[in-house]
Amino acid sequence: MAATVIHAYYNDDDVLMHAVKRIKEAKHHIEEVYCPFPVHGLDKAMGLAPTRIAITSFMYGVLGLAVSIVMMNYIMITDWPMDIGGKPSFSYIENMPAFVPIMFEMTVFFAAHLMVITFYLRSKLWPFKEAENPDIRTTDDHFVMEIEVHDNESELKELLLDTGAVELNIIKTSH
Amino acid sequence: MYTFSNRLKIGSIILMALGLLGMGVGFISAPSTVEEAQTMVAAHGDDHGGDSHGAVAAHSDTAHVADDHGADHGEHLLHQLQNRPWSAFYVAAFFFFMIALGVLAFYAIQRAAQAGWSPMLFRVMEGITAYIVPGGIILFVFFVLSVMHFNHIFPWMDADVVAHDKLLQGKAGYLNVSFFLIRAAIFLGGWILYREVSRRLSIAQDNADDNSNFKKNFKWSAGFLVFYLITESIMSWDWIMSVDPHWFSTLFGWYVFASMVVSGITVISMIAIYLKSKGYLPDVNDSHIHDLAKYMFGFSIFWTYLWFGQFMLIWYANIPEEVTYFVTRIEDFRLPFFGMVALNFIFPVLVLMNSDYKRVNWFVIMTGMVILAGHYLDVYNMITPATVGDQWYIGLPEIGAFLFFAGLFIFWVFRALTKAPLQPTRNPFVEESRQFHY
Repeated sequence: MAATVIHAYYNDDDVLMHAVKRIKEAKHHIEEVYCPFPVHGLDKAMGLAPTRIAITSFMYGVLGLAVSIVMMNYIMITDWPMDIGGKPSFSYIENMPAFVPIMFEMTVFFAAHLMVITFYLRSKLWPFKEAENPDIRTTDDHFVMEIEVHDNESELKELLLDTGAVELNIIKTSH
Repeated sequence: MYTFSNRLKIGSIILMALGLLGMGVGFISAPSTVEEAQTMVAAHGDDHGGDSHGAVAAHSDTAHVADDHGADHGEHLLHQLQNRPWSAFYVAAFFFFMIALGVLAFYAIQRAAQAGWSPMLFRVMEGITAYIVPGGIILFVFFVLSVMHFNHIFPWMDADVVAHDKLLQGKAGYLNVSFFLIRAAIFLGGWILYREVSRRLSIAQDNADDNSNFKKNFKWSAGFLVFYLITESIMSWDWIMSVDPHWFSTLFGWYVFASMVVSGITVISMIAIYLKSKGYLPDVNDSHIHDLAKYMFGFSIFWTYLWFGQFMLIWYANIPEEVTYFVTRIEDFRLPFFGMVALNFIFPVLVLMNSDYKRVNWFVIMTGMVILAGHYLDVYNMITPATVGDQWYIGLPEIGAFLFFAGLFIFWVFRALTKAPLQPTRNPFVEESRQFHY
C-alpha cells in the first residue's frame, strides 16, 4: 500500500496549538506531531487517549510498599533481629515507626523507576534505537505535523499554509 | 459587588446562638468544688467507656485514701473539669483564627512571588483574613483572662506551681505573664497591620493608573513573610507548646504552620467554590480550583511528614521528658490522635490523588470538610491532653464553641467580602489569572 503524507513545519508552539485545533475542526486526522519539547495541552488538542501512566505509577508504588515491608520483615525481624537504641526487633508492628522512612523511600523508588522504564518500553525506546523523527530540525526549533493525504492534497496544503506552516513537504512512502 | 445573602446571615447568627448556648451550658455545669468534681466523675464513669479508666482510678484514690496525696488528685481533677469549657473555647477560637492566619501567609506568598494564577482569588483571601481582627482580639482577651487566673490552661501562670518547679523557675525569664502578653500584642499587632495595609493597597490598585500600589504591596508582603516566619514559630511555643511547659519540640512551629496553611487553603477553595456556584467570580475556572486542591493535597502530606517526623524522633530517642507528650496522647487520646491521621492524610491522599477529581467541585468541598474536621482535632490534640487530660469528651462545650466560632467566622468573612468587588480589575497579572488554564 502506498501512502502519501504531508509534513507541515511550524516554528512556534502557540501557532502549532492553534493549527492543531483548526485542523481537527476541519475533520482531518493528524497522524503525529514531532516536537523539540513537550507542548502543554497538545495531547488533548490532538484528541489522544488519556495516558494511563498515572495508574501504573500507583500500582508500582503499592508494589514498592509491599516489597519494603516483606524485605525489612525478613532482614530486621526474621533473619537477624538487632537491638537498636534499646528497641529489640522482635515484632514488625512494634518497630514500625523506624521502618516508615524506608517504606516511604521504597514506594517512591519503585514508582519513579518503574514508571520511567514503562514509559521507555511503551514508547519503544531502547539504546541504539534509530530516531523516528522525520527531520533533524524537530530536535532543535521546528515542529512537524504529519497528516495523511487522501486525494485532497491541494485543499490540505491551503489549510496548512493558512494555519501558519512555514514549510510543506509531501512524502510518498511504499510499505 | 457581592451581597451577603439573608439565608447565610441568618444561618451564621443561628450558629452563634446555638454555640453560645452550648458554651454557656459547659461553663455552668463545670464543678466548683472538689466534691462536686468527684461525684460528677463517679456518675459519668460508666458512660464514657474506655476514656474513664483514669478518672475512676483518680476518684477511688480520693475516696478511699484520705491523705494529702488524695486531696491533690481531687484538686487536679477539679482543675481538669473546670478547664474543659475554657479549653473547648480556646481550641475553637484558635482553630478559626489559625485559618485566617494561614490564609494571610498564603496570600503574602502569592504577593511576594508575584504569582500570575491567583489574583482572581485575592479578594476571597482578603475576605478571610478580615477575621484575624475579631479572632485575634478574642484570643488576646482569653489570654488576659488566663493571666487573671480564670482558668488553669497555662500551668506556668500559676505562681504556686512555679514555686515548686525548678524547670519552670529556669524558664521564668521567658515564660512570665507580662512578657507573654507583650509578645502576643506584638504578634497580633504586626499581623493585623500587614493585613490592613495590604488590603488597602490592593483596593487602591484597582483605581490607580500605574502599578505603584502593586509594587508597594510586594514589598510589604516580602517584609511580612520574614516577620511571620519568626512570630509564627514563637506564637506556637507561647500559645500552644506552653500548655505542656516541660515539653519541647524544635519543629513545633512548622507543625502548627502546616496545620494552619492546609486549613487556610481548604477554606479558600470552599469559599471560592461557594461564591462561584452563586454566580459571583465568573472568571475563576476549574484550573484555579485544581491548583488549590493540589495545595490541599500537598500540604496534607507535608503535615503528615511533620507529624510523623516529630513522633519518630521522640519515639526513637525515648527520653522520659519528651515521650510523656506522646504517652498521654496514645493512652488517653487514642481515637482522636490516630483518627486525625486518617482524616488529614489517608482520606485526602486517596481522594485527591487523581488529577481529574481535583477539578470536581463537590469532591473538593467534601474533602475540605474532612480536612477541616481533622485539623480541628489536631488543635484539640495539641491543647486538651495538657488541660483536661483523661477527662476529655467531645460534648456540648466543644461542639458549642466550634459552632459559635464557625458562625462568627462565616458572618465576619462574608461581611468583609461585600465591601469590595470580588474580582480585582487593575492587578497587572489579572489577565494571566483570567486566562489561567492547566
